[in-house]
Amino acid sequence: MKPSAFEYRSPTTLAEAVSLLQSGNGNAKVISGGQSLMPMLAFRLAVPELLVDLKHIPDLNVIRIGDDGVHLGAKVRWCDITSDHRLVRAHPLLAEAITHVAHYQIRNRGTVGGSLAHADPSAEMPGIALACDAQMIIMGSTGTRVEKASAFFTGPLQTTLEPDEILTEVHLPAWPAARRWAFEEFARRKGDFAMAGVALFYDLDSDGRAVDAHIGAIGVSDCPIRLGAAEAALNGSAIDEKTIAAVAATARSEISPPSDIHAPAAYRRALVGTLLARGLKRSVR
Amino acid sequence: MQIEFELNGADVGANVEARTSLADCLRDNLGKTGTHLGCEHGVCGACTVLVNGEAVRACLMLAVQANGEKVVTIEGLSGDDLSPLQASFRKHHALQCGFCTPGFITTAHALLTSEPDADEERIRDVLSGNLCRCTGYVPIVEAVLDARKFYAGQKEKA
Repeated sequence: MKPSAFEYRSPTTLAEAVSLLQSGNGNAKVISGGQSLMPMLAFRLAVPELLVDLKHIPDLNVIRIGDDGVHLGAKVRWCDITSDHRLVRAHPLLAEAITHVAHYQIRNRGTVGGSLAHADPSAEMPGIALACDAQMIIMGSTGTRVEKASAFFTGPLQTTLEPDEILTEVHLPAWPAARRWAFEEFARRKGDFAMAGVALFYDLDSDGRAVDAHIGAIGVSDCPIRLGAAEAALNGSAIDEKTIAAVAATARSEISPPSDIHAPAAYRRALVGTLLARGLKRSVR
Repeated sequence: MQIEFELNGADVGANVEARTSLADCLRDNLGKTGTHLGCEHGVCGACTVLVNGEAVRACLMLAVQANGEKVVTIEGLSGDDLSPLQASFRKHHALQCGFCTPGFITTAHALLTSEPDADEERIRDVLSGNLCRCTGYVPIVEAVLDARKFYAGQKEKA
């Protein structure tokens, strides 16, 4: 339960941090809050030779809200999101989903960038990023690049981040005030990783039918996924009991969740249907 | 690596390996063994300390990350007499073996310092990150609820 030995540096600029990562030749890792990395180190699932701490790099902890949406700096902590009351209007889905992340002490250290870069298939933030078509702002030795969340997550704990790249910001597109949404998840102990979770939103056309439906699921695959068939079933429909049942049934049949110590596949499949139906009902408010 | 930080109001220094957790540094280098280590991977909450007034898990923070910060452990929350939270824990029989108690006291202290009017739901939500295998939690929640009156009005001073 003790990490293997590594060197530690805490640079004051992003450029310096990137250059340190480069010098690590693939054996360097970024640390900030460390709430995902420290357990990985303790179990020796990660054995880096160099840790580059973002602690002294300024401006990464900013929450910026504009006409183009919400920008979260990589060092924004869960407690920063819940204490920023602007977000309840600017991005209610994010604000609600983040209330489910981890426990009190971890929320004081855990960061947006850390969760996205760690890419746990059950984590809320990657699920929200995917469901909302977020963009990742990434800095590396050749400059800055922008990647869509749909391309960023490639597998369990795997992303397209190169060893010398740092995720600096995530951008969630603007949120229309009239948009309907819900976030539902189920975990045995509140704050623990969810056995499954669902994030959904849609807009209504002039006939009261759903358009532009987005449905994301966590905990049911090796990375967060969009439920495309369920989205198609929701688009063009009025939100009534028949639609809700049909969308939930579609979601159950389109996923292939894993079986593990926490729940068998059949349970997770049923759970996603239940959470989705619950969310759709709650979205009508 | 040489680090310096404020521990329970006093300046301290320690020479630690980069991989040393804050919890191990507090216990092994600085002798503050009131910080208990249960799971060492961020699940049980026993090692909770305050860093710059915020409750954090000392097993999930490197000692080098505490360099220059203000750290308070359970030793810093108790004097010759029982603190209000300690007295309340005793009154309500909120501990049996006591292993988890430092983590509960530090966590509850951070909560009540910033939210002295926390209701039972909020207290249960916050304490959900701390495991106790003895009490069944009911007396712990009662003890924290009862201690709120000592924190009311203290918020500005803290």
